[in-house]
Amino acid sequence: MKKFVPFVSLLLLATFSLFIGVQSIPIQDIFQLSEMQSLVLWTTRVPRTISLIIAGATISVSGLIMQHLTQNKFVSPTTAGTMDSARLGMLVAMLFFPNGTILTKSIIAFIFAFLGTIVFIQLIRVLPGKNQLMVPLIGVMFGNIIGSIVIFFAYQYQLIQNMTSWLQGSFSTISKGNYELIYVTVPVLLICYMYAYQFTIVGMGEEFSISVGMNYRFVHLIGLLLISIASSVILVTIGGLPFLGVIIPNIVSMLLGDHMKETLWLTAITGSIFLVMADILSRVVYPPYEIPVSLIVGALGSIIFVILLVKGAKR
Amino acid sequence: MSQKSLYIRVICLVIIVLISIAFFMTYQTYGNWQFALSIRGKKLLAFIIVGLLTSLSTISFQTITQNHFLTPSILGFDSLYVLVQTILFFYFGQSPSHPLLMFAVNVGLMVIFSVTLFGFLLKKETQDLFLLLMIGMVLGTFFKSVSTFFQVLMDPNEYDKLQGKLFASFSNVDVSLLYIVIPIVIGIVLLFWLVAPILDVFHLGTCQAINLGINVQKFRWFILFLISLSVALSTALIGPITFLGFIVANMTYQWLPVYKHYWLFTVAALLSILMLVLGQFLVEHVFHMNTTLSVVIEFSGGVYFIWKLLSERGKTRE
Repeated sequence: MKKFVPFVSLLLLATFSLFIGVQSIPIQDIFQLSEMQSLVLWTTRVPRTISLIIAGATISVSGLIMQHLTQNKFVSPTTAGTMDSARLGMLVAMLFFPNGTILTKSIIAFIFAFLGTIVFIQLIRVLPGKNQLMVPLIGVMFGNIIGSIVIFFAYQYQLIQNMTSWLQGSFSTISKGNYELIYVTVPVLLICYMYAYQFTIVGMGEEFSISVGMNYRFVHLIGLLLISIASSVILVTIGGLPFLGVIIPNIVSMLLGDHMKETLWLTAITGSIFLVMADILSRVVYPPYEIPVSLIVGALGSIIFVILLVKGAKR
Repeated sequence: MSQKSLYIRVICLVIIVLISIAFFMTYQTYGNWQFALSIRGKKLLAFIIVGLLTSLSTISFQTITQNHFLTPSILGFDSLYVLVQTILFFYFGQSPSHPLLMFAVNVGLMVIFSVTLFGFLLKKETQDLFLLLMIGMVLGTFFKSVSTFFQVLMDPNEYDKLQGKLFASFSNVDVSLLYIVIPIVIGIVLLFWLVAPILDVFHLGTCQAINLGINVQKFRWFILFLISLSVALSTALIGPITFLGFIVANMTYQWLPVYKHYWLFTVAALLSILMLVLGQFLVEHVFHMNTTLSVVIEFSGGVYFIWKLLSERGKTRE
């Protein structure tokens, strides 16, 4: 019974999301749409809702896996330099392959995201003592440093304006034909689910994993690869969505604990629900204009994150 | 450290700063003295003001929080200023008839908000440094997203004006603002100078300060008020630079093992002017204007910050 609630609410919200926007498509007309209405519905509304659901799930699951791999509750692709490294990759792609397809850009972004995350993991390995908050702090700083390198080169090649648009996660430009890359993350999510049990064990530490006979290094690497693919695809198709990967897994793990086989799908659904809601907000706050959803996610996310931090510190 | 060698160090620093200023002012002027000096003079004035404000506010902030990692900028003070400025602008638009009133209201709100925020952050007796830093950064992100939110809603023309106000970079400092700011800055510097001995006592810790007859609560609010004012002014002049205060303050502590704030203030102010002048020189003549000063400072500051965190951890290894 309990398991139905999130599913049903996601379905309701997704349906709701389809019928919101400047071009009015009243829900009661669903079987007698005009030419125009069905065009809008199929070329922008449906792709948009699908990408919202996928992106919310992907980012939350990436955050969850990252938290297990680093054994730290506050790490996510945004607080570990993964996103900023992907951004550096995008810049390199723009400089060297200005006419490259979106796939070329994603692959380069992925390579950078992967390398950047590995550098970060190495950086926190040399940290003596494990303060829960030290790791994300270093991550944010590391991200800032990479970010300033990006700005440095972007400034030289007059790409600043162009870059600002990738920083802003937004679903307003999603339409049929330019978002399909996001489906790449669906198999990634499935593989994540297959490895969920292994990730849970990895989250208990290296020594424990080896003593129960698991190839720690290999699983760790798989995890990093999956996260990097997911993050770079999301960055290329949508943009950055701050703190989403931290708050959702934390909320779910507070309610259900840390066994990933149990929590993974719920984390995914909660992420989708959160993002669909944020996007609906972004469309209704100031019609007929849209507020980039990253702002809403950033504002809500940072408030929830501060609450989580204060609570976590009390414990 | 003997008084004599202290004097020698500071005098050396003064000489270095003067030389670099002279160099900055006269390098490659091609005989166009008047022109070059008027442009560079404005920049130099901005460097001196920002350097003074940043270093004094950061050092006193670190003394009352007893923490060498926290700076007003890292706790999101300057993003808060940008937010207040943006919201005021959004609701009242530009009122050219009362630019001073606007500025006063802005600074007043900034002080009220930052004092409240700061009071909340430092309320807990158990001060977890990492928690504070993390919260500060997240709040910074939050303020930035809310500012961006309002900026998105603005009329593009209004937005242009706001951008000009918020990010008057070093190359085009708002002269009209400069003349308003200079007397205020002199006042702030004097006040910091006056309370320097009280700050010296704070090095002993809050309990000792109370024992020695300082009204800690009252003094804290007062210093915080000064700090907010400084951050507001320097952000109004050149926009937010996160790591300048951090770099300068920590360099000062490393280079000058004294506790007296007279010395700390002097050296930090000199160092920050030196950094800004040299940084700008790098930007102009090495990178040929292909980058901005804040990028150079953010990058080096970020690296320095991580390095310092790591080295601190190494020291307190259990």
